[in-house]
Amino acid sequence: MSLHVDAGQRTRPVPSSPRRHARPPGPRRWLSWLDLRAAPYFFVSPYFILFAIFGIFPLVFTLWVSLHDWQLAGDKTFIGLENYTELLADDKFWNSVLNTVGIFVIATVPQLLLALLLANALNKKLRGRLVLRLSVLAPLVTSVVAVAVVFTQLYGRDYGLVNWVVGLFGGDPIHWQNAKWSSWIAIATMVDWRWTGYNAIIYLAAMQTIPKDLYEAAAIDGASPRRQFWGITVPLLKPTIIFTVIVSTIGGFTLFAEPVMFGAGLMTGGTTGQFQTVAMFIVKEGFRDFEYGYAAAAAWILFLLILITALINFVLVRGIGRSR
Amino acid sequence: MMNNTRRGRLLAAVAVGALAFSAAACGSDEPATPAAEGSGAASAPAEKVEITLQTFGGGENFAYDDAVAAWNSSHPNIQVKYVNLTDRFEDTYLPQVLQWLEAGSGAGDVIAMDEGAMGLMAARPQYFADLSQYGLDSRKADFPEYKWNTGVNKDGKLFALGTDIGGMAMCYRTDLFKQAGLPTERDAVSALWPDWNAYFETGKKFKAALPKVGFVDGANTVYNSVLAQEAGKNGGQVYFDQNQTLIVDKNPGVKAAFDYVQKLSEGGLTAKLRSWTEEWNTAMQKGGFATMGCPSWMLGVISGTSGDANKGNWDVAAVPGGSGNWGGSWLMVPSQSKHPKEAAEVLNYLTGKEGQVAAFKEGGNFPSSLPAQQDPAVADAKNPYFNDAPSGPIFSASVAQLSPVFFGEKHAQVKAAVEEVLVGADQGSVKWADAWTRFVEEGVKAAG
Repeated sequence: MSLHVDAGQRTRPVPSSPRRHARPPGPRRWLSWLDLRAAPYFFVSPYFILFAIFGIFPLVFTLWVSLHDWQLAGDKTFIGLENYTELLADDKFWNSVLNTVGIFVIATVPQLLLALLLANALNKKLRGRLVLRLSVLAPLVTSVVAVAVVFTQLYGRDYGLVNWVVGLFGGDPIHWQNAKWSSWIAIATMVDWRWTGYNAIIYLAAMQTIPKDLYEAAAIDGASPRRQFWGITVPLLKPTIIFTVIVSTIGGFTLFAEPVMFGAGLMTGGTTGQFQTVAMFIVKEGFRDFEYGYAAAAAWILFLLILITALINFVLVRGIGRSR
Repeated sequence: MMNNTRRGRLLAAVAVGALAFSAAACGSDEPATPAAEGSGAASAPAEKVEITLQTFGGGENFAYDDAVAAWNSSHPNIQVKYVNLTDRFEDTYLPQVLQWLEAGSGAGDVIAMDEGAMGLMAARPQYFADLSQYGLDSRKADFPEYKWNTGVNKDGKLFALGTDIGGMAMCYRTDLFKQAGLPTERDAVSALWPDWNAYFETGKKFKAALPKVGFVDGANTVYNSVLAQEAGKNGGQVYFDQNQTLIVDKNPGVKAAFDYVQKLSEGGLTAKLRSWTEEWNTAMQKGGFATMGCPSWMLGVISGTSGDANKGNWDVAAVPGGSGNWGGSWLMVPSQSKHPKEAAEVLNYLTGKEGQVAAFKEGGNFPSSLPAQQDPAVADAKNPYFNDAPSGPIFSASVAQLSPVFFGEKHAQVKAAVEEVLVGADQGSVKWADAWTRFVEEGVKAAG
């Protein structure tokens, strides 16, 4: 309604300023102000009110808690930035950051590349295209925990399927939880199994908005399908790729369920923290050791890390196709 | 581990069918006698009061359904509302209860607490009612010293009374023992290992015959059994002394238990398994290891996990050294309760003989109360899954000589952290040569 009125105002000739101020005073004017200016805010307010309660308040409260030595049902002393200085010197925290980044990189890079190739393949004229597209998306509807439980069994040391295959080739059974590299690979496969299809479908949707005549023109100029893919598809997908990279960054940095299930439900992420992610570190500090203040500080640093990484990724990805 | 304790208890209960065995195994056909606590009935208030009882554990873990029903039918003015909040103690129950205690509302009138958190609770006595105000200090003679002392904080305030107790036995696979040429009959097996050294020697014999099978599942259960016995020799201290000073590096008992596990592991006797993993469950079913430390609730875990196919393959022998404990719980009355007097009466009933025997019949939780242990329903209990092993006498013997153990405020955290190093060393992610240094370091960090 207000939009309509605004639009009407805009088409009107610009009124001279004295006339503008000569509006009828009184409740009528107040009502129309309410209608034009306040109503829109009122209509969008539920989101912002909920966001303030469940978004801003926890954020600010977490900041407040992080400035204290805050024991659950125990003492609370204001200690300023001590939690942060302690955290930045805590090699366990940095270990969890390293794990998170490591798993993120070895999970996300192949995942997005694979999704891109999958989407490109699904964009072709294929028999049973709908079934193929749906089956690519199917892993997404499975529960994260179910995926993690099944994969953890596959990667079992003594009776797991993967080690059985390794044994067929004459290898010794691998204790996947025991080393950083093996646990990271195992967790990355869980993440990829679930999310590759999701990203592929997003890419596919974006690919279908690319005009066909671009490809036709390129084909007439003699561009190979590969050249068309890198020269047309990928640059035009850039906004979508940026979106998926940022969403993957957030997902990757808050990785939790898969490594927890992989580590038998413990927050330690392996005997020496081989695959403890930052999210697990926070839960361990806050809800296992009841150091709320320390956990809150870690949560804030995680927030900053996500912001920084998302920015870096944004800048990196924005450069895609520039040189071509 | 603390975590294992809880999950063990939860698994024990999840294996509902399995626990039904223990209940059926009590060999008692008498119906649950309706409880008539004289004092409770006499001092019933004029107005009707509802007491909320909060526990944790999966299935029938705390097994208070029968006990509560019996109480409610005989106490019209004090009705107990039994709420089993969650099956996860460490992840859900403990953080939730701590938040309620801090917030000043939400907690029940009677709440249950697992062993691992008792040190934490003892350091926060302001949140709990003094039970001696309600005459419960008269119950001291009913409990083993260890169980009683854990409910008393350093200022002498009685804030909790014990419910069940883990005890410790040694479960073993008769089929694997037979293959290895060892005796299979439980008294003969108990005689194989009067002490831990003999247990190690038996393991070497077993390993020589069956090199591919682990003699024991992993590091945890044996470590905790040895530690409980060694702690007794060192004034009942484990990771903390009574002044809450960390003594993980100074306590010879801790080092002795550590060294013993190292000896087992380096001797190749462990199956290098971590408890409560899929691998561990599968190995239990497929005979991947021959023995494991067994608190009473572990019997339900074994029978539930190993399944009917293995019925009769498992049996229960005495634990080397004769005593041990893993797990067990307490009840307490939060000071935020509006009816602490009535809550204390309910607590008195549930931790008393009737309540504990009823819980044993229903869920197999071994009573800590001495009169309850002497009840024929407990003392003569047999477990059909384990070849009718006399579980009652075995577990009461293991807790009879148990020395009192003191839990520091951060006991649970330190325990979890150092046992992680043990598991890591057993599985190979930590070198045994570096393990002790790391063990101490992790303990110091966790005590923070």
